[in-house]
Amino acid sequence: MTALTGTVVPVIEIERLTKRYGATTAVDQLTFTVRPGTVTGFLGPNGAGKSTTLRMILGLNTPTGGAVTVAGVPFANRPRGLRHVGALLDAGDVHGGRSARAHLAALARGNRIPLGRVDEVLAEVGLGKAAGRRIGGYSLGMKQRLGIAGALLGDPPVLLFDEPLNGLDPEGVLWVRGLFRRLADEGRTVFVSSHMMAEMEHTADRLVVIGRGRLIADESLVEFSARNAETSVAVRAPELSLLVDALRAEGAEVSVVEPQFGIVTGMPAERIGELALRHGVVLHELATRTSSLESAFMSLTADSVEYLAGEAR
Amino acid sequence: MSTMTVGFAEPAPRFTDLLAAEWIKLRSLRSTYWVLALASLAAIAINLNAVHSDLTYIDNPPPRMPGIPPFRYDALYHSLSSIACYLMAIAAGSLGAITVFGEYTTGLVRTTFAAVPDRRGVIAAKVLLIGGITALAGAVVSTVSFFACNAMLASRHVGLSITEGVSLRAVLGYAAIVPVCALIGMAVGALLRHATASIVSLVMLFFILPLMFGGDRYRWLSEIGSHLPLATVNRLTYNPDSSTTISKYAPSVLDSWITMGVWAAVAVAVTMVVVRRRDV
Repeated sequence: MTALTGTVVPVIEIERLTKRYGATTAVDQLTFTVRPGTVTGFLGPNGAGKSTTLRMILGLNTPTGGAVTVAGVPFANRPRGLRHVGALLDAGDVHGGRSARAHLAALARGNRIPLGRVDEVLAEVGLGKAAGRRIGGYSLGMKQRLGIAGALLGDPPVLLFDEPLNGLDPEGVLWVRGLFRRLADEGRTVFVSSHMMAEMEHTADRLVVIGRGRLIADESLVEFSARNAETSVAVRAPELSLLVDALRAEGAEVSVVEPQFGIVTGMPAERIGELALRHGVVLHELATRTSSLESAFMSLTADSVEYLAGEAR
Repeated sequence: MSTMTVGFAEPAPRFTDLLAAEWIKLRSLRSTYWVLALASLAAIAINLNAVHSDLTYIDNPPPRMPGIPPFRYDALYHSLSSIACYLMAIAAGSLGAITVFGEYTTGLVRTTFAAVPDRRGVIAAKVLLIGGITALAGAVVSTVSFFACNAMLASRHVGLSITEGVSLRAVLGYAAIVPVCALIGMAVGALLRHATASIVSLVMLFFILPLMFGGDRYRWLSEIGSHLPLATVNRLTYNPDSSTTISKYAPSVLDSWITMGVWAAVAVAVTMVVVRRRDV
């Protein structure tokens, strides 16, 4: 007997999701939607509530308030999960005494997935040769690969990964990025958490950024960088002090790093050059710098309370 | 935005799949089932050795003392010894506890419930599998001990047959306590989710607590003591034809059977409720 799930859109919908532990609010009125066909990065500093949110998506933790559904259904209501959502929450969520093959075989058997699929996913993640070894002897990178194999087991339309790049070597990181891209291109929903913007910059198409359990940003990577990456101009001049007053008078912000070196924000390099000429100041260096998304992310989340959802725009 | 338009088939969920998955998990951890296998062999060896060394005493009975009834060998008490029973109790209890706290201490429980959100099904499968395997171990230890020991005693004409007196009840009770201890172990493992704490609690419940509720001075103390898990098997294996005495407040045989069943039922209920309610 089989039940066709048909053409339900594999979307993750989170609505005013809240989780409190005593006086601490780990997740606070979070609302966002993760859509198929893209890799969505889930960003936030440590302790922002990412893992708690992922656990609530999977029904492992019960929300204090709000709701979360996957393809329209609370995940906990599904009798079996692997064909709906594949998840790697923590590479350590295994029993070190079992072999990778036995670990995956138990998961597959419980979901009535043919056991042949086990060796298929093990080969896909590059653990074919280590399949019979105890997981306890695996490196973190190998455990991550095993976790990814487990997520792929049921060929699910929705995939969740919590910090999947931890412990992977550069080759592994490239492979994972390619895998996420391929899964998204196949029309799946791929939701990947990280506390490192640099990781997401080359992995995600969309970003959901949270801090202290609250939504800070929910937009495409392009929108995010356009809005947040700040431009500054480095100025080196023997008589910098003469120029500083002129720049400030024109409304630019100048921070003097050294007596002959400063960083100017709020004014393009062309205008600075014109002002220098007008005041007869010799310039030794005039360079435009675009801050990395990483630093944009850090300044954005440094004081999350100031950036409530909705007010950010 | 694209959507995944491929309809995919999902087979209907079956409880037997969960049972098979738990079987793979148990089978792939050698240390857990070895505990039970070795304990069973040791328990049988303890009973056989005890009765074998008794043969000398039976052949050379102590001289009869005035005022004391003649020496009568209690084949039931010696072939189904308490020591072997305690060994099986702690082995089965530990196995039950390990299968539950092992999921929590390793974090595997999150992987398990993400793959099978139906927690009740997972627990039911674990209960059935662990209960079944320990029941089998209990049955093997009890029947092998009884028949092998009494075969040895037959040559001295003090052996019992299974149809004689309370033999059958004793053999059943001696076997039944083993799965009951395993289920209690599961409940303790689910409540505490910690290896050392779980095992220490089982030792307290099985062996230390009974010491605090002995004696016949206070009826209520004695009655609490006689309703502890391992007290039931003492009552069920008690041979009224022997010279051994039991407490004047000892419960009826039916009472002890019910007590055993209640311990098992409560243990399963606790495991179910605790595991389903808690965040993992």
